Amino acid sequence: MALPERESPIGKPVSLFVTCIVDMIYPGTGMSVVDILEHVGVTVDFPPAQTCCGQPAFNSGYRAEARAVAQHFFRAFQDAAVIVTPSGSCATMLRHEYPALFRPEEGALYKEAQRIAAITWEFSEFLVEGLGIVNLELQLPQRESFALHDACHGLRGLGLGGAARALLTQLGNADLQELNECEVCCGFGGLFSIKMAEISNAMLQNKVLNIETCPADTIVTGDVSCLTQMNGGLSRQKSAKRVKHLADVLAQGLPRRAP
Amino acid sequence: MTVELKSNDFVALADIALRNPDLQRAVGAGTRGGYHKRAQAMYAHSAEHGEFLRQQAAEAKRRALRKLPDLLELAERNLQANGWGVAWAEDAAQANQQLVAIARRHGVETVTKSKSMLSEELGVNHALEAAGLHVIETDLGEYIIQLNKETPSHIVAPVMHKTKAEIRDIFVRELGMPPTDDAEAMVAFARKMLRQDFLSADMGVSGGNFIIAETGSLGLVMNEGNGRLCTTSPRVHVALVGIEKLVETVEDYTALTQVLPRSATGQSLTVYTNILNGPARDEEADGPEHCYVIFVDNGRSQVYATDYAEALACIRCGACQNACPVYRSTGGHAYGWVYGGPIGAVLTPLLVGLENAKPLPHASSLCGSCKQVCPVDIDLPRMLLDLRHEQAQAGAAADGWALGMKFWAIGMTSPRRYALGGRAARAGQALLGDYLPAPLGNWTDYRDFPKFAPKPFRQLWQERAAAKRRGQP
Repeated sequence: MALPERESPIGKPVSLFVTCIVDMIYPGTGMSVVDILEHVGVTVDFPPAQTCCGQPAFNSGYRAEARAVAQHFFRAFQDAAVIVTPSGSCATMLRHEYPALFRPEEGALYKEAQRIAAITWEFSEFLVEGLGIVNLELQLPQRESFALHDACHGLRGLGLGGAARALLTQLGNADLQELNECEVCCGFGGLFSIKMAEISNAMLQNKVLNIETCPADTIVTGDVSCLTQMNGGLSRQKSAKRVKHLADVLAQGLPRRAP
Repeated sequence: MTVELKSNDFVALADIALRNPDLQRAVGAGTRGGYHKRAQAMYAHSAEHGEFLRQQAAEAKRRALRKLPDLLELAERNLQANGWGVAWAEDAAQANQQLVAIARRHGVETVTKSKSMLSEELGVNHALEAAGLHVIETDLGEYIIQLNKETPSHIVAPVMHKTKAEIRDIFVRELGMPPTDDAEAMVAFARKMLRQDFLSADMGVSGGNFIIAETGSLGLVMNEGNGRLCTTSPRVHVALVGIEKLVETVEDYTALTQVLPRSATGQSLTVYTNILNGPARDEEADGPEHCYVIFVDNGRSQVYATDYAEALACIRCGACQNACPVYRSTGGHAYGWVYGGPIGAVLTPLLVGLENAKPLPHASSLCGSCKQVCPVDIDLPRMLLDLRHEQAQAGAAADGWALGMKFWAIGMTSPRRYALGGRAARAGQALLGDYLPAPLGNWTDYRDFPKFAPKPFRQLWQERAAAKRRGQP
C-alpha cells in the first residue's frame, strides 16, 4: 500500500497512543512499550486526553461517529511529533482510514488527518524501520521458544511481519519457531466476533489447534485485540499455551526485570 | 437447479455448514490446497515478479472498464466481422429468451454446457429445460452438482463442498456406477457417460473468460477439455458473457491469462487455453456452423455507475474464496446466492440489492487476505466497509448497534467520560462475573474474557510521573 513519504522519527520525542484496550485491560503492556522505548533512549510522553482511535465505529460503517472520535484524537495529539502505538490495527486506522475519513475541502481537518497518518508508527515498525534498531541488546533470563502470529492489519495493512521477527531473532535466549498458518486471521475482527460469533469461533478453533501443535512455548503478536481472542479461546479450551504481546516479551529481557 | 436467493439467512446457513463435518473437511482441504498452489505458482520466480503480474493484469482490467462502452461497440463490430451473431440481454429473462430462440431457430434438442457462473445467475438450465430441451452439464464438478440437484459452491471448484465418498455415492445412486473409491475410476466412468452426450449435442453453451475487443475473439481457459467439446463439436455454439468480460487487446488477454490459472488452480497455464474466432470457415472441415455471443448485463451497468465499479474487474478465479477464513469455515452455499466468499459478499448486495443481502458485508473479519490474493487487486475489504457504511446511513442496521455506537462515540470524545466508562466496565465485570450479557454474551459463549485491570495505564502513568517528581526511579 502506498504510504506518504515519512520523515525520520530519529531524535524526536514519542507520544504514546496506548490504545483503549491496553489502557483498560493490559496496562502492563503499555508499560513494557514505555520501558523498551526508554531503553533505546527515546523520550516518551503520554497525552492524557487520549481515548480510542474510532475503529469500532468505522469498521461497523458508522463514519460520523468515527469522525467525531478522530477529531477528539486530533485534539489529544495536537502537540505530538511522533506517535507510537502497540497495535497494528489501530495504527492502520490512523494511517489509512483517517486520511480517507476527511475530504480535502475540509481544510484543517484534512491536513490534520494527513499529519497524524504521516507521524504514526506501529511499535515494532518504529523500532526497526523508524529508528533502524534491530538488536535491542536484550537477553531473556532463561531460554524460551516463541512463534509469531502475524496480526492481519499489521501484516496486510502496514506490510509488517518482518520487524517483529527481526526483533525476536536478536533477543537473547529466544528461540524462534514457526506457527502454522501464522498469517491467517484468528477470527476476532472487532464486532465480527459478536455479530458472527459462530464463524469467529470456528476461525478461533483453527487458530487454537495450530497453537496447540506449535512447538513454541509462547505465541507472540502485535495486537492485544487478537491476543484477547486467542487467549480467550486457549483459556476456555484449558490449554497451557498463551499469546503475549511483543513488547511484553521484549521487556522480559530488560536488565532490571531479570530476577 | 436454479439458485434461490437466501443471502439474508447467511448466519443460519453458516451455522448449518459449521455443523457439517464432511463439508468442513472438504472445504477446509480444498481451500487450503488452492491457496498454497496459488502462492507457489504466482511467486514461482520471485515475489516481485508475482506482484508485477498482478499489477499488469489489474491495469489491463481497469483500462478495459474505463473504456467499457466503447469497447463493447468495438467488440460487437469485430465479433460480427468474424461471423459471430451478437445479442444483448438486460436481464436473466431476456438472456434466456434469446438462448431459447437460438435453439429453436436451429432445431436444437440436446444442449451440452461447459462451466459458467453467469449461467447460474441466469438460471439457464431451468429455462432451457422448461423449453423442452435436454441439458447436460459437462464440467465434471457441474455434472455432479446437476446430478445431485444442487448449485455450485465455489467459482472454479463447484463441488468443493463434497468429499470423494459423497461424490461416489452420487454416481452410484444417480448413474448406477459400480462402487469404487478410486478417483481415477470415477472420473473415467463420468467421462464415458459424458462422451455420448457430447456426440449427440446440437448446441453447446459456454461462458466466456474474456472477449478480446480488438480481434472480436472469445477467450476460454479450461482444464477438462469439455469446454472444447461444447464449443466445437455441436452445430451451434452460444457464449454467455457478462458485459464486464471485455479486454481491449491481445496483450491484455495474455496479461490476464498469466494470472487467472495461477490464481485459480496454481497452474502457469491451463490444459486448454483457447481463443475462438467464430464459426468454421468454408475451407475448414469441422467446427460449429453458427456461433453467438450473448452479452448479459443483469445488474452490471448499475454497478458500473457506482463507486463499486472496480468489483467488475473480477476474473472469477476463486482465489479470494480460498484465502478467506470465513469462506474456509462456511463454504459457498451459506452466502445464499451464486457467488460465495469475499467477492460474493460484495457482488451479491450490488447485483441483488443490499436489502436482500444484509448480513454479507459483515461476513468478514476484514483480515485483508482477499485483496492480497486478488489477481486484479480489487479492494474487497474497502468495499465491504463502504457497504457497511451505506447500511448504517440508511438505518438498515438499526438493531441496537446504531444507538450503541452513538453512546460509544459520546464516551470516546471526552477523557472524563471515557474514564467513567472504564470504571463502569470494571464495576460491571465485578458484578457479572465471567459471562457477559447479550449481545456481548456471544463472546463469552466461546471464549473467556480477560479481567479489566484494577488500575488503567493512565493511572499507572500518573503514579510513575509522580514518583519521578519525588526523585524515585
